[in-house]
Parts: sequence; structure tokens; C-alpha cells
Amino acid sequence: MQYWIIQTLNSLALGGLLFLLAAGFSLIFGLMRIANLTHGSLYMLGAYVGVTVLRYVPDLWAAALVGGLVMAVLGGLMERFILRALAGNALGQVLVTLGISFIVADFCLVVWGGDPIPVPTPPALQRPLLVGGVAFPTYRLAVLLIAIVTAIALYLLMERTRIGAMIRAGVDDMQMARAVGIPVSRLFTMVFCLGAALAGAGGIIGGPIMSAYPGLDADMLPLALIVVMLGGVGSLLGAFVGSFLIGAVYTFGTALLPDLAYVILFLPMIVVIAFRPRGLFGRQSV
Amino acid sequence: MAFDRRRFIQASGAGAAALGFPSIVRSQSGPIRVGLMTVKTGPLASGGIDMERALVQYLKEHNYTMAGRKVDLFVGDSGGVPPQARTKIQELVERDKIQIMIGPLDTASALAVDDYIRQQHLLTLSVAAAEDMTQRKPNPWFTRGTSTSSQSAMPLADYCYKTLKYRRMVTLADDIAYGHEMCAGFQRVFEEAGGKIVQKMFPPLTVPDYGTYIAQLKRNVDGIFLGSAGSNGFRFYRQFNEYGLKGKIAVVGGMTAFDEAVLRNMGDEALGIITACWYSAEIENAINKHFAANFRVDWGYDPGFYAAATYVEAAVLDATLQKLKGKIEDKEAFMKTVRSIKVDTARGPVSFDRYGNVVGTVYIRKVERKDGRLVNRVIHTYPNVSQFWTYKPEAFLKNPVYSRDWPPAKNLEP
Repeated sequence: MQYWIIQTLNSLALGGLLFLLAAGFSLIFGLMRIANLTHGSLYMLGAYVGVTVLRYVPDLWAAALVGGLVMAVLGGLMERFILRALAGNALGQVLVTLGISFIVADFCLVVWGGDPIPVPTPPALQRPLLVGGVAFPTYRLAVLLIAIVTAIALYLLMERTRIGAMIRAGVDDMQMARAVGIPVSRLFTMVFCLGAALAGAGGIIGGPIMSAYPGLDADMLPLALIVVMLGGVGSLLGAFVGSFLIGAVYTFGTALLPDLAYVILFLPMIVVIAFRPRGLFGRQSV
Repeated sequence: MAFDRRRFIQASGAGAAALGFPSIVRSQSGPIRVGLMTVKTGPLASGGIDMERALVQYLKEHNYTMAGRKVDLFVGDSGGVPPQARTKIQELVERDKIQIMIGPLDTASALAVDDYIRQQHLLTLSVAAAEDMTQRKPNPWFTRGTSTSSQSAMPLADYCYKTLKYRRMVTLADDIAYGHEMCAGFQRVFEEAGGKIVQKMFPPLTVPDYGTYIAQLKRNVDGIFLGSAGSNGFRFYRQFNEYGLKGKIAVVGGMTAFDEAVLRNMGDEALGIITACWYSAEIENAINKHFAANFRVDWGYDPGFYAAATYVEAAVLDATLQKLKGKIEDKEAFMKTVRSIKVDTARGPVSFDRYGNVVGTVYIRKVERKDGRLVNRVIHTYPNVSQFWTYKPEAFLKNPVYSRDWPPAKNLEP
């Protein structure tokens, strides 16, 4: 019984982390149709920037804020000066973002070196929590909480604000949105900044679990892709459900069928795509 | 004038004299061209950069001279990607004309270039641990001064059973050949001594999160053998702590799990962990004291597995060349000599078996704090350990190569 409680908590915590990663990817992909392959790099760079901030200000939340802001600026610049020139050229965008991700990976290696850098858990959350007589890391529950708060904030932004309405309009029909006077171009930059900021902040919030190490980008990018494919492109709800579904499938899958550890992540995605090519909550017009 | 046989022989003799002879003269008096096949980008870069730093240190200390000849160093970066390793080695051989290769770093790259080494008769001093390259499919041009995957794990199993008195253990290692071979060696020795491996886990090399594996760990065991590479040992142990397991289950590690490179990013939680390796920056011999101290001055941290690897290989190369009076051109003689010498190196005395693998001391080490930093203090030594441990080579080689499924685990508990 304890075992199942722990594994359930594990799967929820992993789902939370995945949501922080995938929400930004989904937003960008949904609105701009850009498969942003630098998303993993932004996540990793956010973690590294956060590590540097932590050397001066020993506060994880401040580090997450700075990491997110720096990534937002970087994402904005990238969108304005590089991706903008490739609008409508899907293959070009994929190649450019892939290229940038290589550059970022080597940049991180030069600046922060090849050794893994631990991100300390905030002191208040260091003691394991006793759940049904078994210890569970408190910080993982905090990550889950952060993910849920982020999800609610994003939901309110998308459904209850004017900007959200404009973004939704853009996702549904970009040409029509342009025609009725929505500043789609500015919207693009904004969404890209938001997505990048989420990735960067996610990197440092995930830090106490994952650490910052070379290769973190390549480990995280496929997870973001899987979640978004499963949940449906451009759908916040899809990213949310997809994250927790993948978290659960991964946790229980590797525990119950250890030999399938490699395929277990892709299996649900393949099944869903076979029957619902737009993902679980994908919009019809995408 | 007819071009008869005599003229032909004369002509080709002159041609050979013009082309071939000077090149022999040049190569024997010219510098020795050494290639280092390492990894300077990607996830394995940390170790790969150390390999280059230590090798350059050795060459600088010896004024870039071995056996009276100058040494030119050429460095190739494979990124840890086997096909790229193959391309880069070809570049080193065919463009830079290297005469001997030190490296590669990783097992997969070593296997990818195995046939090329055979084809080119490329003298190789390997760092990578792939067992069968010095066992069932020995490569005649391949010598390894580091160890096979299980060479340090087998003595550790002996130590766990006899000294630590562990009886029930779990193994957990990366799901790659290196992890499989290490765990298999550990399991064989531990179970033959009378212990039981009750659980074996192989998380993928790039596992995003160990939480699910830690939740499955059996708690009623004496210890866990951790056979991980790169940053995984560090990542696992951190999460292990967060689940409140530190102090409840002992952790012992293979030769790379708590390497000096990993320790320098860890804190007090690592104190007391026992590992086995053919090297420690704390070994008390004159060569190592000199090496470790100088390395620390240059780079600000202790040399670990990978730094020691190239420093030792360089010493082996140097000693071999001394014997051959610098004649690296005679490849057959080189191979014969390198496999028959005895050298004192930073890791202690080393010699080689007839398969080209090193025989040397394996150190049991314990993490302690010294001058404010974490070190692997040597607490026990196993001298003259070969890749066959205490088994007879012929009998050992009759078994299948160590793997995920061999030797079979008979004591697993559901």
C-alpha cells in the first residue's frame, strides 16, 4: 500500500514538472506553428542561469524568476531576429532551432563546465515528509503545487483576459485574427517570451530534482514533444492532462514493466495519435 | 628500347629509394605522432577534457620528449558519438599520420573503431572498458592500461562479503554494456562467496527521474551496488537522500560512480561511501603525489578516473619507447614489448596479460573530508588484480561475456 502511495505521489510530481516544461512549448507550437527545438535548451539554460544566481542570492524562487526573465528576453530576441525571417518555412525553423540548441549546449559546456551542478533544495523543504509511514521528498510536492498554480494562472490568462482571447483567436484562425485587427505579430513575440520564460523557470524549479548537467536539454525536449503530441497542440488543458498522464504512465510503467522502460513513454502517444491525430484536446482547425 | 625485366627492377628500385627510403629516415628521426581520441563536447565532456589535461601535463613534465624523440600530440573530439569517433580516428590516422592512439573514452566508441584498428594496425592504448576487446575477441593492436568494466567490481564484491559482511544486496546500474558487465562481475563474485543479489535494476542511461526506481528498492537489504557512469551516480544518490534512505541502506559504488569529478560537486551526504577503483587521487606513491599535486595546482581540483587514465597510458607508452629506443615504427615489436613490460605509474605498478589488459592494484576507497574537500581515501588494497579476478583465464573465457543476463540471477525476490 505504501508503495502505491509513493508511486502515485511520484507520478504526480513528475507530471507537475512536465507541465512546467510542456506548457510553453504547447503555447508556442499552437499559436505560431513552430516546433521550437530550442525548448530543451531554454530549460537547461534557465537551470544554469539559476545556478549562477544561487551563488549570489541563495533563494531558489529568486533564481527561478531571474532564469525565467533572462530566457524571456533571449526567446524574444530569437523570435524577432531569427524566426521572424523564416515565417511559414517549417523546415527552416526546425533546422534553425535545432542549430541554436547545439550552440546553446556547447555554450553551457564552456561556461559551466561538464560536471553536473547540484541545485540545493530550499532549506524549508529539505526534510522528507512522512506519508503513511514512508518518507517522501517534500520538495516534489512543492513542484506539484507550483505546477497547479501555474496551470490556473495560465488558464485565467487564456480564458479571462483580452490577450488570452486574442491568442485563442490566433490559434484558431490566424488569417481571420489578422483581418479583424488583432496585432498577431506582437502577439507572437509575447507568446514566445512567455513560453521561453516558463521553460527557463521550469529548469531551475526542476533543478533540485534533475540538477543542471550537459545533456539536460536533450533529455527534456523529447518529453515536451511527447506531452504536447499526446495532449493536443496549442491546448492548455491538453498539456495539463498530457503531463500527468505521461507522469503516471512513466512511473507505473517502469515499475511494473521494467523491460519496457524505453518504449513506455512513446506508447501512449502512438496509440492516441493513431486514433486521434490531433491529440486528446487538439482543436479542429489546427 | 624494350622495357625488360631488368630495367623494370632497376627502375622500381630507384623509385623505392627515392620515395620509400627517405620517408623511413624521416619518420625514425622525426617526432612521434600521438593521437588522443577523447570527448570534449556533449554529456561525456567532463571526463574527456580531464583526459586531455592530464596527458598534456605528462608531456609538459617530460618536455614533450619520450625516449629522446619529440612528441607531437593530435587531439580528436568524438562528442561521445560512435560514428563520429570512427570519422575522427580516420582523420587522425590518415591526415595527421598518428602512430599511436590513446583512447577512446567510451565503450561504444571503442567497439565502433575495433575493425578500423585491426585494418590499420593502429597501435592503441585504450581507456574504454569493453570486456571482450581483451577477452573473447582480443584485438592484437589494443592494450588497455585502465581496466575492464568488472575488474574493480569483482574485488569490491569480495570486500562487501568478507569485510563488510553484507549478505543481501541490490545492484543498480546504467542500462549500457558498461553497467551490465560491472554488475555481472559483482554478482558472480558476491554470490559465489555466499551472498545473494535479491534485486537488479537497470534504469536507462538518460532516465529523467530516479524516483520510481527508488520507490521500488527493497529495504530489507544490507547494501546497494551502484554501477553508474558520468553524472548518474550523483543524481541517483541525491534523490536517494531526498527519500530519506541515507543511513538506512548502505551504498557502495563501482569505479566511476563517485569519481573525484563527481565528489567535487557533492557535500557531506557523500561521507562514508565505499567504492572500488584502480585509482584514487589519494594513493600514496611518489609519482601520484607529484601528479595529483600538480594537477590540483593547474586546475583547482583532484584528478579522477579519466585524468589518471591518460597519465598512466602516457607512462606506459614512455616506458615501452625507452625499451625500444624510440622505435615506434616497428609495430610488432611495440606490441610485444608493451605487453611484457612492468611500469611504475601513478596508479601503482602495472603489467599486462597476454590479452593486452592491465594487471594492477585495485583500491577500496572511502569518502572522507580532507583539507575541506571530499576525497576517496584508500582503506584497503587488492594487489595484482587481473581482468579474470581469481578465475583461470581459460575457464573464464569459456563462459559467455558478462551481460544483463549472464551470470543468471537465481536469488531475485519478487
